[in-house]
Amino acid sequence: MATVALGSIRQQMIGTAPPRGLACDFPLGRPIGKPNDAEFQHKVLAHAFSMLKRTEPGVEDFPESIPDEGTEMLVCPLPPRHDPDAHPAVDEARGLRVAYDRAIEKYGNRVGAGRAISADDVPSAIESFIRISEGTPWKEAQVPGVPARVAQDIRGYYETAALAIVDHTPAAWAGLRWFRDATQTGKVIRAAQQAMKDADVRRDLWLFLLPMDSMQD
Amino acid sequence: MADQDIKRAVQDIECPVFEQPAFTTPPPLEEATVAIVTSASLHHPDQDDFAPKDTTYRVLDASRRDYLVGHWSPNFDTAGVAADLNVVFPLDRLDELAAQGRIGKVADQHLAFAGNQFDLAQIRMDGGPAGAAFLKEQGVDVVLLTPV
Repeated sequence: MATVALGSIRQQMIGTAPPRGLACDFPLGRPIGKPNDAEFQHKVLAHAFSMLKRTEPGVEDFPESIPDEGTEMLVCPLPPRHDPDAHPAVDEARGLRVAYDRAIEKYGNRVGAGRAISADDVPSAIESFIRISEGTPWKEAQVPGVPARVAQDIRGYYETAALAIVDHTPAAWAGLRWFRDATQTGKVIRAAQQAMKDADVRRDLWLFLLPMDSMQD
Repeated sequence: MADQDIKRAVQDIECPVFEQPAFTTPPPLEEATVAIVTSASLHHPDQDDFAPKDTTYRVLDASRRDYLVGHWSPNFDTAGVAADLNVVFPLDRLDELAAQGRIGKVADQHLAFAGNQFDLAQIRMDGGPAGAAFLKEQGVDVVLLTPV
């Protein structure tokens, strides 16, 4: 079999020296470049498949880059307060449920809840991270699974819900920045991560709650 | 921190060096059966999720479009694949190329591995060769590898 490897990190591709490698400077998680842009995706595939005519191993560069400056954040409205007795993050998550269900119906569920917790369990899972952020040891906080996996399902719940609210596909990382920096639940997860770090919890248990750039120090 | 910063943070991780890459000349693309192997940890909802250090693969049915991303790393954009499976796993694009006669056939089954690997020996000696043998048995001529 002949292989063509796409690669998002050029230096790693050079290092591994695949038989045929196409280095694509696209955001991590988008190896074909642009979601919902069939024309662009075909350009990437055409370049990749053209490399099958090579007679010796080599790496080529796709000529277009998709840069991320690290600042673009999705602009997505959040639900107003509904239940004054609920924590703002829990109230917020409940308020997004209709949008989440609408997004699942339109796009299917690829990154939303379902790996560690169901969509029904998202509010109670957020409550467990609230407890951690308020000082409860993580083992006593009733996290319904491995903390990183539960946090990923919560992030996926929010980013999937956002697809049904905004009228475009978010730029790379813009959805994550919105979840992490603009939502009540994002603030809770960050605070829980900091609390676990400060409590000298094993590093891998808190490091993967959010992407690696999320810690303040 | 931007996408480029995350790439810079990991780009110097030491890579295994293969002195003799398995360079193969395929049949003409118009006659070739094409499969995708992705490291996006994709799996169907009725299949086992990926474990944190999983070196096995899942067989993906090309006639289905229900895929979950089972990746354990949070260090990639997830909104793109949430909105369009093809940005990771371009099955619809391959179907279009086959309909146009530009590729011979889209394989009936594709493979997904987990991109977050810790011990490369197992995947090099076990999961990887097993996946390659599986695709070879399906008559696959060309494999497109898509990383996540």
